[in-house]
Amino acid sequence: MSAVTGRVSLKQGGGGRAMRALIERLFIADFASMPFDGVGLAAMDDGAAIPIGNEFLIVTTDSHVIKPIFFPGGDIGRISICGTVNDLAMMGATRPLGLTCGVILEEGFDLALLERIQQSLVATCREAGVVVITGDTKVMGRGEVDGIVINTTGVGMTKRPMRDNALEPGDRIVVTGTIGDHGLAVMAARHGLELEGDLKSDVAPINSLIEAALHACGDSIHAMKDPTRGGLASALHEMAAKSVVGIVLNEQKVPLTDAVRAAGEILGIDPLHVANEGKAVIGVAANAADALVATLRTHPLGRDAAVIGTCVTERPGSIILDTGFGRRLLAEPDGEPLPRIC
Amino acid sequence: MSDPLKFRDPEMARSLAATLARLVDDIGRPVAVMHVCGSHEQAIAKFGLRSLFPKNLNVIMGPGCPVCVTDVPEVDEGVVLAEQGVHIATYGDMLKVPGTVKSLADAQACGAKIHVVYSPSQAVELARRMPEEEVVFFATGFETTAVATAAVIVDNPPKNFSVLSAHKYIPPVMEIVAEMPGSRVEGFLAAGHAATITGWEVFEPFVLRHNLPVVVAGFEPLDILAGLVELVALIKDGTPRVVNTFPRCVTREGNMAAQVELWRVFRATGGRWRGIAHVPNGNLRLRDEWAHVDARKRFTIDVTGLWNYAPPHLAHECICGDIMAGIKNPYDCTLFNKSCVPETPVGACMVSNEGTCKIWHLYGGVPDLSEIEVPA
Repeated sequence: MSAVTGRVSLKQGGGGRAMRALIERLFIADFASMPFDGVGLAAMDDGAAIPIGNEFLIVTTDSHVIKPIFFPGGDIGRISICGTVNDLAMMGATRPLGLTCGVILEEGFDLALLERIQQSLVATCREAGVVVITGDTKVMGRGEVDGIVINTTGVGMTKRPMRDNALEPGDRIVVTGTIGDHGLAVMAARHGLELEGDLKSDVAPINSLIEAALHACGDSIHAMKDPTRGGLASALHEMAAKSVVGIVLNEQKVPLTDAVRAAGEILGIDPLHVANEGKAVIGVAANAADALVATLRTHPLGRDAAVIGTCVTERPGSIILDTGFGRRLLAEPDGEPLPRIC
Repeated sequence: MSDPLKFRDPEMARSLAATLARLVDDIGRPVAVMHVCGSHEQAIAKFGLRSLFPKNLNVIMGPGCPVCVTDVPEVDEGVVLAEQGVHIATYGDMLKVPGTVKSLADAQACGAKIHVVYSPSQAVELARRMPEEEVVFFATGFETTAVATAAVIVDNPPKNFSVLSAHKYIPPVMEIVAEMPGSRVEGFLAAGHAATITGWEVFEPFVLRHNLPVVVAGFEPLDILAGLVELVALIKDGTPRVVNTFPRCVTREGNMAAQVELWRVFRATGGRWRGIAHVPNGNLRLRDEWAHVDARKRFTIDVTGLWNYAPPHLAHECICGDIMAGIKNPYDCTLFNKSCVPETPVGACMVSNEGTCKIWHLYGGVPDLSEIEVPA
């Protein structure tokens, strides 16, 4: 927390170091010391894994706030389902057993909008093959909450909980598609920037894509993470630090749409630092990388999959960005990316 | 996904880097040059160009980040206005810049109404949408962005709109840096976008006075490398003059219409640049005829109220100025990595992602990454 004011600041929700520090200091310390036999809060993974017999129950939860509520390519309803379904998939549970959905509404919220959000929730559930099985609704006074907040919790089973901390030197880093689409689309919409081109969020449930990948490559897949807040840069830093490897990232291989590349340049925002809502970063044994990419590319959500980097023993926890010109260390985003003046 | 861009061809870059290395070798001793533009540092960092520079060439990041050189009292003015309940619209990278006790981001966390905008006209839009509220555009940047501010000021903005100008003017600070005792800078890389406005001839008196070459360069990787090749060649030949390596945007006289607008609205006045010095004619303030849009005239801004509960003692120990002038490095600073870290920065070099201190904090100096081998 800021030493000056002792108040929570927005950057502590940005998905970077500041947020992790807040969570570690405030929440993890107490809960991580309580007995739990499984993958719990201490792991700071995408979700928890509870051993049941010879399988694992995966549980994950996410609260969704977004401005604007409707943005190019999606809306708060779609993102609420995708966020949780994708977190389950990242832990290896690609067929969710069910979701809960809690909605907090501000007094005065437009019912027609709520209806549209509900329809989006339903459509996205169909797409992901999941059902909302219980829920909760609260209304708060005007000004006490900003429009609408949606929380979803998901559960699913897996035989092998997939982690984000098991990269090995030599592993290849694969992304399942283009990077930066969601973050830049939302930022452009939020600030009313009328950029030309097809800037559109990638928000989508990728559980079937991940299921295909796991089916094709099995144990060769060592680690997975979805590069949401903080973007690819944050996800790679977390995976590298937890796995104690360095990652050499080949910038020219990172798939970017022309629209994202252009918007990033105009706004002074690195597409590697902004959120994705329909992508995964996968660490895979070198000899299975080509097969993985080939499998991903047969799926409509994986058409642009590519090998973008390699794990090394040097500089554990760091991302060495090879730009094609030279190399530099990729900084981990710290708080929400802000547009630069120069 | 596009074809490789013309000014981003890695092959050409390597060939320019080889030429640069040869020139520096010919000189046969360490050479220090300075760029005075945050965008140059941004491009150098973004494309990893530093790893292409010859070891004997020190490319110093000068006082070219307008955010970094915005002085503490200027930030304080913004914070005080925000705490009076005025809406502050500003560029995103101003939010974290520390004032005496608070940044605008801190003020926002305490409930102040701070808006990130991408252009002055967005701030005007904001004012139009909220006619009952006072909207102050906290304007920062060099002559490039000052022109955009001038444009909205002359265009009859709504009555509830005003400007708090922290705009800076680049040519005078180059004089300061060139005259700094201990300065080893042998040539300057000037900012192509600022020169688009001012023209390249604005640097000619400087070259005559200081006998140092100035090369105007653009911002693509090849622009920067070509600019450095030209600059080092001028140093080697001992023929200081102004060379424009960015002719696709910059002319001798510059954008006359923009200059007229700039000086119609602003006057140059002396003022402090954070960590650098008092820079004569380095600050751009609104002329008296624009008093009705000048936030300093419209509001009473008493920043001393901020100082009552936390004396700005740390700021006195900050050596950002010497670091920006290329005389010292972050390890020479007693605050570095102790009281001054990215979460609670004291000096501006720790705020900006391109700031030297931030880079050294994150990466432990200037790392050599070329040795790391990637398995085939």
